[in-house]
Amino acid sequence: MQYFKPATFEEASALAAGAEGITRFLAGGTDVLVQLRSDLVTPDVLIDIKAIPGTHDITRTEDGGWRLGVAVTGAEMSEHPDLGRDWPGVVEAMDLIGSTQVQGRATPIGNLCNASPAADSVPAMIAAGAVLSVVGPDGARDIPVEEVPAGPGKTTLKKGEIATALTLPPRGAQGGDAYLRFIPRTEMDIAVVGCAINLTVEGEVITSARMALGAVAPTAVVVHAAADALVGRTLDDAALKALTDLAEASCNPIDDKRGTVKFRTHTAGVLARRVAQIAYDRAKGAKA
Amino acid sequence: MSKTHVTAKVNGDAVEFLCDPRETLLDVLRDRLGLTGAKEGCGTGDCGACSVTVDGRLVCSCLMLGVEAEGKEIGTVEGIADGETLHPLQKKFIEYAALQCGICTPGILIAAKSLLEKNPDPTETEVRYWLAGNLCRCTGYDKIIRAVMDTAAEMREAS
Repeated sequence: MQYFKPATFEEASALAAGAEGITRFLAGGTDVLVQLRSDLVTPDVLIDIKAIPGTHDITRTEDGGWRLGVAVTGAEMSEHPDLGRDWPGVVEAMDLIGSTQVQGRATPIGNLCNASPAADSVPAMIAAGAVLSVVGPDGARDIPVEEVPAGPGKTTLKKGEIATALTLPPRGAQGGDAYLRFIPRTEMDIAVVGCAINLTVEGEVITSARMALGAVAPTAVVVHAAADALVGRTLDDAALKALTDLAEASCNPIDDKRGTVKFRTHTAGVLARRVAQIAYDRAKGAKA
Repeated sequence: MSKTHVTAKVNGDAVEFLCDPRETLLDVLRDRLGLTGAKEGCGTGDCGACSVTVDGRLVCSCLMLGVEAEGKEIGTVEGIADGETLHPLQKKFIEYAALQCGICTPGILIAAKSLLEKNPDPTETEVRYWLAGNLCRCTGYDKIIRAVMDTAAEMREAS
């Protein structure tokens, strides 16, 4: 295994584009090193991107959104004074991953690019409308987060392409997001089902809605119809019932030791109701 | 395979070592620097026995490469006592018998110290969540939590 620590993204991209064998980018390493140590994936070329300037920065964008460098960790997100006010759902989803020790290294972009169907931060980023910036041999491009995972362990990034940052859109007035997952314990486990919802309201009436589910299909599922079910309505019993039905209908899960198809499908509906209520309350001004 | 030259600080002392890029920081600490306080439990970031601080941030040293330590300040359990004077956490762990076999103890001490530096007055819930990534298979957690809570109270009074 060759280890590189490039000083620019262009250099990193050129290294990856020219590399033979298995290439991995190293940010927090909480997946890459586990795979390396357990002999699941031994990279031939390991490219540490943490020496590239700006990769640890959380900054406001000009339009009032947020830009997270590729090496920003969960702990840095949780400790940030303002990020969690705008996007509490994204921050709480990332914060659910692993221990304090893991939070000190793990990154949301790594969580995305590791492409686990159960990645906690991914549904929250999708619901928020987050965009991943990448650079590669053909230049730079922005990819909506939902288009990054291609299946378990696979992404749509091309050879030589490297993620540079994640952009969250401006929160705007009267918006709220939330994420919940089901695990059989209280802490330190992998999601059996995860659900994220991002809403905006005017008074009591919902004006936009995005929902995403995790761990119920090979990749996180965007439930586009959630907008049709919720926009123009208040979050009354009928809206919650419609959302529950939609969540259940959107599931295409597997049976495994962590949950059956039936259980995951039912749980997706339950979480959708609970998450919608939290996002709705936050949109109306409740503190996260 | 060629080795990489790395310079870092461990517990305030400048160190340099040559390591294979596949070696973890834990391998380096134990096998190259002779600091065997950090333990390998699981090797996959689940048990916390290898906890150290890197530039003040609590991490699992099994989930970080030795080459990544270049220019960093590492803190291990060997550095928490002041000469012969034990750190208040170490004294309380003895007083409360908050250990049996002791394999998890260095990681828990480092993790608890990191918590108290960030939050000198944690609730029991905060302590339990902060230490959720440090597994102990013999003492159980109650004595450990009580030792940390009492240390926090004593350190608040002393300061």
